[in-house]
Amino acid sequence: MGQVVLKGINKFFDGVHAVKDVNLQIRDKEFMVFVGPSGCGKTTTLRMIAGLETISSGDISIDGNVVNELAPMDRDIAMVFQNYALYPHMTVYDNMAFGLKMRKFERSEINKRVLEAADILGIGELLTRRPRQLSGGQRQRVALGRAIVRHPRVFLFDEPLSNLDAKLRVQMRVELKKLHLRLGTTAIYVTHDQVEAMTLGDRVVVMKDGVVQQVGEPLELYNHPSNKFVAGFIGSPAMNFAAVTVTEANGSLIAENSGLRIKLPDETAQRLRGRIGREVMLGVRPEDLTVAGGADLGHPCFDAVIEVVEQLGSEILLDMKVGESIMVASVEPTAGVSVGDKLRVAMRPSRLHVFDPQTEAAI
Amino acid sequence: MAISAVSDTTLREAPPPRRHRLLEDERWLAFVLLVPTIVLLGMFIAYPFMRGILLSVTSSRVGMPGDFVGLANFYKIFNDGIFRTSVYNTFLYTGVTTVFKLGLGLWLAMLLNRNFRGKALARAFILLPFIIPTVLSTFAWKWMFDPTFSVLNWLLYHLGLITGRINWLGDPDLAMISIIIVNIWRGVPFFAISLLAGLQTISPELNEAAAIDGAKPWQRFWHITWPLLLPVTMVVMLFSVIQTFADFQIVYVMTGGGPANATHLFATYAYQIGIGTGLLSEGAAISLAMFPVLFLVVIVQLLYIRRVEVR
Ligand SMILES: Nc1ncnc2c1ncn2[C@@H]1O[C@H](COP(=O)(O)OP(=O)(O)OP(=O)(O)O)[C@@H](O)[C@H]1O
Ligand SMILES: [Mg+2]
Repeated sequence: MGQVVLKGINKFFDGVHAVKDVNLQIRDKEFMVFVGPSGCGKTTTLRMIAGLETISSGDISIDGNVVNELAPMDRDIAMVFQNYALYPHMTVYDNMAFGLKMRKFERSEINKRVLEAADILGIGELLTRRPRQLSGGQRQRVALGRAIVRHPRVFLFDEPLSNLDAKLRVQMRVELKKLHLRLGTTAIYVTHDQVEAMTLGDRVVVMKDGVVQQVGEPLELYNHPSNKFVAGFIGSPAMNFAAVTVTEANGSLIAENSGLRIKLPDETAQRLRGRIGREVMLGVRPEDLTVAGGADLGHPCFDAVIEVVEQLGSEILLDMKVGESIMVASVEPTAGVSVGDKLRVAMRPSRLHVFDPQTEAAI
Repeated sequence: MAISAVSDTTLREAPPPRRHRLLEDERWLAFVLLVPTIVLLGMFIAYPFMRGILLSVTSSRVGMPGDFVGLANFYKIFNDGIFRTSVYNTFLYTGVTTVFKLGLGLWLAMLLNRNFRGKALARAFILLPFIIPTVLSTFAWKWMFDPTFSVLNWLLYHLGLITGRINWLGDPDLAMISIIIVNIWRGVPFFAISLLAGLQTISPELNEAAAIDGAKPWQRFWHITWPLLLPVTMVVMLFSVIQTFADFQIVYVMTGGGPANATHLFATYAYQIGIGTGLLSEGAAISLAMFPVLFLVVIVQLLYIRRVEVR
């Protein structure tokens, strides 16, 4: 079991309101990812769950028991730190065995669990080494091993991969996912990398300035961001935004600004009926823009001038000037385009997002 | 290789003057740079040390060169009751004060390592006993232990703990305790500040990880903090033991070795015999008797530090 519930959690550091009224239910066996820009309160929230930071107000419960006053050791959690926090004077074996020794496990049981974890993580050869004799990736595995030998109810991870190089990070990401499937232990994972969040999380919590912006499955966040921040944060390259005014012509709704004028598809138009004559924020992802061709007949289109062409191999990113603003489109690698070209760009009508310019909430 | 060597010489326009070439040679340069240190160390440490050894095997007194007498001086001091007392005193003094300085210093360091208001001020304050010239602070202590004016007696009397005066420096045991207290007072800041510096190099995450691993506070100290602090502790102890073993000022000011020569240490007794009585050679012998012990302490601790640091 490992169900974690946060109810009205707040954290103040003398004067700084770091975490604001967070309410969350993390289900048993779930892989929950906290993601958000630097300083948004992810680590603080995680440390409050671990018991390393006091809670200013609110309740945290694990499997139904409020743990606010429990010491970290009594919460039955294990944590993997960003800088590994391996005990430098102990061997890899002792690092992993430490938590079990402190909990007075039988020597044979300790041995069994450590060897088992070492086997899972492929660090059997390193057991007699000390942390300083290990590479970053190996240290990371030892830190993971130290957490899994304990068979805790919840794993807490604070940016465990951020010190690894890009390639190793991708590899460890996959291994973490496999490990979670294998162990089935509830995991709470903090990262500022939205790709990690999307690929690892069963569900993702997006935070900003200490406030939870949205909680949901990765695709839900991608397809239905609840506000402009989430829309811009999830997805890479980031969503394009354009401030437009809604007008009506011949019974259809038109969105226009200095550089573009498009007829809004019915589904979007429905939601904007009440905002005729007002300004809204239009959002469209780069991957939902295409170079207009026959298939796009009837799709909203606009004119653009290509300023930069970024060849990524599997796709081409086009930085385009649309009126006064810049938009990015991700197009097929076969599209024959070059800098300076004038294009007609089509939007996929069902993928249009609209936001209130003041509250930034999705409409 | 050959090609680069050739091009090297051809690139150089004219061969530099001989003097410069000598300095280009690393062995020569190293020697030249070392000379000032060698001269200073030789003049102020090696030469006096050798003179001390030479002096200790003669019968010199003040104003009298004396003759070679072999190990007679050493034989004499080993049969001297006061010398034996001062050897015992020195070990006692060093042992007891080091234990207390380490214990109190570590405790203070851990307190100062926490976060609290006025942390910086407290840290600066702790250093005071270390900064005040020892002779001055020891004179102040002498007044506090004075049989008539003792503020300690006054305090204990008014707290109802004693009825009569305690003659702190008049009783051999109390006098020893008194100088030990002063030495501890004077030495704790050095331990506290050095150990605090050591503590600050230990990442707080390690303690947090241990806390999550289920270690109670004293287990965290024993399994994490203490082993990681050990190299610093050993260096601090090394300095302290050497200094305390050869301590002079506190005893000289507080008791002058009294009452009845009961509180002499190596250094004060050597001074009393060599300078006070004028028996230079015997004083030198007493000083030298300290050397093997200190040498051993240094060797053992340096070896130990090396072992700890290697792992
Ligand atoms: N010990 C502290 N004392 C004072 N303020 C703190 C403390 N720890 C964190 N904060 C503040 O709380 C806010 C949230 O910090 P937190 O470390 O949780 O951010 P984060 O989301 O983990 O960011 P990052 O991605 O950079 O790790 C920040 O504004 C930070 O400055
Ligand atoms: Mg953080």
